[in-house]
Amino acid sequence: MDLFEYQGKQFFAQYGIATSPGDVASTVEDAVAIADKVGYPAVIKAQVQVGGRGKAGGIKIVGNPEEAKVQAGNILGMDIKGHLVKRVWVEHASDIEKEYYASFTLDRSAKLHMAMVSAKGGVEIEDVAVTDPEAIVKYHVNPLDGITLAEARDIAVRAGIDEPAVEGVSEILVKLYDAFVKGDADLVEINPLILTPEHKVHALDAKVTLDDAAAFRHPEWEPYRATQEFDGREKLAKELGLNYIGLDGNVGIIANGAGLAMSTLDVVNQVGGEAANFLDLGGGADANTMTSALEVINTDHNVDSVLINIFGGITRCDLIANGIIEALSRVEIKAPLVIRLDGTNAAEAREIIEPYVSDKLIVRPTMLEAAQTAVNLANGGDAK
Amino acid sequence: MSIFVDSDTKVIVQGLTGGQGRFHGLRNRDYGTKVVGGVTPGKGGTDVEGIPIFESVEEAVAATGATASFVVVPPRFAAEAVLEAARAGVSFVVCITEFIPAQDEARMYNSLRRDYPGTRLLGPNCPGVISPGQCNIGITSGDIALAGGPVGIVSRSGTLTYQALYDLSQKGVGQTTCVGIGGDPVPGTNFIDCLAAFEADPDTKAVIMIGEIGGSEEERAAEFIREHMTKPVVAYIAGVTAPAGKKMGHAGAIISGSQGTAQAKMKALEEAGVTVAKNPTQAAELMVEIVSKLK
Repeated sequence: MDLFEYQGKQFFAQYGIATSPGDVASTVEDAVAIADKVGYPAVIKAQVQVGGRGKAGGIKIVGNPEEAKVQAGNILGMDIKGHLVKRVWVEHASDIEKEYYASFTLDRSAKLHMAMVSAKGGVEIEDVAVTDPEAIVKYHVNPLDGITLAEARDIAVRAGIDEPAVEGVSEILVKLYDAFVKGDADLVEINPLILTPEHKVHALDAKVTLDDAAAFRHPEWEPYRATQEFDGREKLAKELGLNYIGLDGNVGIIANGAGLAMSTLDVVNQVGGEAANFLDLGGGADANTMTSALEVINTDHNVDSVLINIFGGITRCDLIANGIIEALSRVEIKAPLVIRLDGTNAAEAREIIEPYVSDKLIVRPTMLEAAQTAVNLANGGDAK
Repeated sequence: MSIFVDSDTKVIVQGLTGGQGRFHGLRNRDYGTKVVGGVTPGKGGTDVEGIPIFESVEEAVAATGATASFVVVPPRFAAEAVLEAARAGVSFVVCITEFIPAQDEARMYNSLRRDYPGTRLLGPNCPGVISPGQCNIGITSGDIALAGGPVGIVSRSGTLTYQALYDLSQKGVGQTTCVGIGGDPVPGTNFIDCLAAFEADPDTKAVIMIGEIGGSEEERAAEFIREHMTKPVVAYIAGVTAPAGKKMGHAGAIISGSQGTAQAKMKALEEAGVTVAKNPTQAAELMVEIVSKLK
C-alpha cells in the first residue's frame, strides 16, 4: 500500500522523524486556516500518488491568506496525470540550504536491507543513479543486526553530507530504519531531506510503501486503507478476494495462479489480442470464486470475449465448472466465454459444461487454442 | 536419483492438524511420501489418521528421525515455525505459506543463512518439491508427474509448474525432481541452488526453468548456466506483457523501473545458450525434442 505524502509524514512522526509543521486539508477554507496557523510563507502541495506534481503546478508557495485561497482553490480538484487532487498538504515553507536523499528498502539480490544516501537530493534519484552513480552510497544492513548511529554517521560522511548536517542526517537514518522495520514498510524514502540555514535537518517529503501482508499487526493503518484509490472494478474484486488488475485490451482473462495468469496474458498477446485484465483466482478456488470473477469481468464494457484458463492443482476443475454454470444462471454474461480446463478433475468438469456448450460457451483443449479462439471472437471474428 | 528429496526422506508436517495441513499432509502420504509425524503445540499425543502429533519439532525429530519438514501454518506464525525446524536440526524445510510479512521473511532468511547453514528452506509461498515415484512434499498433484527422469524442473510459479509437469508427462517424458521455489522476493532456495543440484545429479539430463518478471534471479541464473552448466536448459519467462509498477499476484512479481522485465531475462538466458520458449507448452515441446536426441 502506497501512502500519500501527508500519511507518510504522519507515519514518520510516529517514529520521531522531524518534518515541517503542517496539516492536510480537503477544502480551501481548511487549507487557508492551516497556512495561517503554520505561518507564511507556506507551501501548498497536491496529494497525489504520481511523480512530477511540481511541474504540473501542484506545488505552490504562498505569502499571504489571499494567495493561499487562490492557490488552494487551483490545486484542489486539479487533474495531475489522471489523478484527481482531493487533498492538499499545507506546511510552513522551509528555508533550504542543502537537499539530500535517504531511503531504506530490501535489496532482493543480496537479500539484505539497503540504505541509499546521497548528497544530491531534491531531484529524481533514478536520474542521479544514471548520471552520477558515485553520488549514491549504498549500504547493506543485516536485518538481524539493524543499524547503529556510528554506521549511519559513516554512511553520511561517505555520501558527502555537509559537516553541519552529518549528525542530524545520521540520527534521522537510525529513526528511518526503525520506521522501516517496526512500521513494516517495503520502502521508506525522504527526498529531499533538507539542511536549513539554522543547521537543522528534517524531511521535506515522505514516500512510504507499507507491506499489506503485515496489516494484521497494524490496526493504526486503517485510515490509510480508507483513502486507497482503486477503480471501481479493482475495489469490487478486492472485496471478493480476487487478485485483479485492469488493463487496456478487450479479452477478459480469468486464470488460477499468478504465473498462469501472466502467461495467459502473454499467449493472448502472441496470437494478436490484448488482455483487458489480469485476474488470478488464487489457490483452491471454488464455484463461488469463479462466479465472483465472472461478475467482476462482466462489469467491464470493453470486454468482447472472456478466456478462462484453469490448471487444476489444489483447484478442482469440477468446482470451477460448477461456478461457471452457476454464474450463467445468476447474471447475464455479455461476452462469449472460451474455456480451457486441465488438471485435477478436468474430465468431470468437461462433462458438467458439455450440456451448456453453445456459440457463447466454447471449450478448447489447450491454452493456445483457447487463446486463439478468444482473440478471434474479440476481434469480431467467429469461434473458429 | 533426484535432488533434495527421495524415497528415504522422512517428513514431519508442522500444522498437520489444521485444514490445509491435514489435506496436503495426507495427500503427500498417500503418494508414498514417508510422513512420520506432525507438530501442533497443545495437541501432542494425539494423531491424524495414524500419524503421531508432537508438541515441538525437537520432540518429533527425536522420536521419528525426520530430516525434512513441511510447514503449513498461517503467515503470522510461519517464520517462527521455519526457525523452530532449523533449531531442531531439520535439514530441509518446505514452507508453502503465502503472505508472510516481508520483514519477518528477511529476518528468517538471514537467520537461516547465518545461524543454521545446515538447513535448506524451500519457499515460502511455493508449491513444494516432488521427486516422482519417491517423495512429494507440498501441494503438487502427484498424478501429473511421471517417474524415471530424465528432466529436472525448477519454477517460480505454482500453476506453470503443474503445466510443465503435465505437458512433459503427457508426452511420455519423466522427471527426476520438480522444484517450485516460490514467488516471494526472498526465496530460501533460488534457481542457482536447483540448477547446481541438477547439474550434479547423474540422472538429470536436462532442465526446464520457469521464471517470471521481477528481481534479477533469472539473470543470475543465466550467468550460472553460462559458466557451470553442461546440461541443456529450456526456459520460459512469464509476464512479457505485464505493465511496470503492478504486482502480478506474487509479491516478487513486479517490474520496477527498467528492472525485472521478462525481455531482459529472456535475453540474458538466450545469451547464456538457453533455449527460450514463448509459452509453457512450447517449453515442454522443445524439451521433448532435446530428450529424444539424448537417447
